[in-house]
Amino acid sequence: MAQEIMDITLGELMDKARKYQAQGFRLVQICCTKLPDTLELQYSFDKEYDFKSLRLTLPDASTPVPSISGVYLPAFLYENEIHDLFGINVHGMAVDYKGHFYMTAIKTPFNQPAQAEEKKA
Amino acid sequence: MGALSKSPWIIHYDGSSCNGCDIEVLAALMPRFDLERFGVINTGNPKHADILLLTGSINEQNKSVVKNIYDQMPHPKVVVAVGICATSGGIFRECYNVQGGADKVVPVDFYVPGCAVRPEALIDAAVAAVALLDKKRDAMKAGKA
Amino acid sequence: MSGRTIIPFGPQHPVLPEPIHLDLVVEDEKVIEAIPRIGFIHRGLERLVEKKDFIDFVYVAERICGICSFIHGMTYCLAVEEVMKIEVPARAQYLRIVWSELSRIHSHLLWLGLTADAFGFESLFMQSWRLRELILDIIEETTGGRVIFGSAKVGGVRRDISAEKMQEIVKKLRSYQKEMDDIGKVFLGDLTVQHRLRGVGVLSTASAKALGAVGPMLRASGVSSDIRMMGYSSYGTLDFAPIVEQDADCYARCKVRIRELDQSVGLIESAASKMIDGPIDVKVTGTPNGEFFARSEQPRGEVIYYAKGNGTKFLQRMRVRTPTFANITPLLETLKGCQLADVPVIVLTIDPCISCAER
Repeated sequence: MAQEIMDITLGELMDKARKYQAQGFRLVQICCTKLPDTLELQYSFDKEYDFKSLRLTLPDASTPVPSISGVYLPAFLYENEIHDLFGINVHGMAVDYKGHFYMTAIKTPFNQPAQAEEKKA
Repeated sequence: MGALSKSPWIIHYDGSSCNGCDIEVLAALMPRFDLERFGVINTGNPKHADILLLTGSINEQNKSVVKNIYDQMPHPKVVVAVGICATSGGIFRECYNVQGGADKVVPVDFYVPGCAVRPEALIDAAVAAVALLDKKRDAMKAGKA
Repeated sequence: MSGRTIIPFGPQHPVLPEPIHLDLVVEDEKVIEAIPRIGFIHRGLERLVEKKDFIDFVYVAERICGICSFIHGMTYCLAVEEVMKIEVPARAQYLRIVWSELSRIHSHLLWLGLTADAFGFESLFMQSWRLRELILDIIEETTGGRVIFGSAKVGGVRRDISAEKMQEIVKKLRSYQKEMDDIGKVFLGDLTVQHRLRGVGVLSTASAKALGAVGPMLRASGVSSDIRMMGYSSYGTLDFAPIVEQDADCYARCKVRIRELDQSVGLIESAASKMIDGPIDVKVTGTPNGEFFARSEQPRGEVIYYAKGNGTKFLQRMRVRTPTFANITPLLETLKGCQLADVPVIVLTIDPCISCAER
């Protein structure tokens, strides 16, 4: 099962999303991964079991990322999630919970170093 | 046995459980295990309830909800922590959003172990809870008299 | 009289075994809009990968949800196995199908019961759950657990089912099929039930596609899509087709699930006939390095596991996109314009599994 992951830049995101939408792909998920120095956003689309992913690399969480919820409405849930858990600065979401989507004990928990958590206990 | 222990009403709230214990709570009320033969009725209204069954651990968002349900229940009341998550946080205790067992917010009378909990264990807990309800009621009466 | 009111629904609500909160904007009795608020069950377990190694994490994955527990564990294993290029033995693959389909049957029976409860048919609720107990018996006999199986592991499965036992299971399931038919007839034929389900919560084919619905929700809207058709874990060797209904209402979603009960029994039977003797697991050496999106079909729809490893025994990232999360947006769409009294039934027809959705 080969999976296609395409690297894109911030500027291309909206165009690519519109293109997939026009071709009849559905949005499968948006996933954020914290790497040692950067953050990675993956947008996955599917059409009749054909699975494609776009990978967007961000230098830090404060880089503004446009919301694709104007193209794919369900994206607002994923975008609020990555906003709350990773602190990614997504703007233009169809429904913006302004950080109240998940209520967590610590802010942007996925963007904290592992040690910070130990103190809680 | 008073009227209360003949027919204790329970309310169930899912803290942050994986559903495993929740469906076992419901399964315990079904014909196979039939907790209802002890007069137990599952109610959705905290003000009708005598026994609070809590599943799952306590997290940032649900602690006020749990506290609120507990406060709304009339005295005497018994709290049962169902499953290992409600007891201590279980496998999820190391998660950043999990604060621990149900006893972080409400006083717990009985801890039922298991992951997921077995309906037989729940029946034991319900029977023990009923006995405690009577005791608490007697204590309340004595206190008033 | 047509002022707008916001009615809060949940998190603690009699029809919901789990907490979800909806703000329902209503005009008299008609729902104009629904705004969800989730996070009551958020535990943050995806971050546990940093504390539990990739072998141990199967236990956490199984406990993401207590209803589709086995499929969660299995899909996590599929992701890691693909990253590590592990070939799972054929027997283990068929055993995975057997347990997956048993999960599907018990989950659908559970859902049918809860739905019956939501429209106030208490004895049907009890009947569905009585039948579900029989399936749980088979699960307990083969795995030792009722809801959490603990049978999936990276590289295969932990337990075997003997040939005689397998035959016995198939025979039992065949006999339960008649009982499932009986309750199915009530769900699909009873006038009062139809009155509650027909024409309620319609989700058009176009919106189902646009809003990214998955599972029975999508298939009931006339879209033929079932991840099992992709052939993971030897599903490709079995002969079956997605079950599709066209009506797109609560009734159609109910019908899809009832028909899937039959399909699952058939799949278990053919998996049993194809099961050959052999090992049930392979030794796992090395550590995962790479990334993969594993997909599988749960009772509620497509689940996605993303695993990314960097060559250490702790994964860098593990992400789960569960079917309920994908079905929230379609749910909001179906709630628009419905009657307030129908809200519980519509919410239930997506088969919400909140603990999956919030992790």
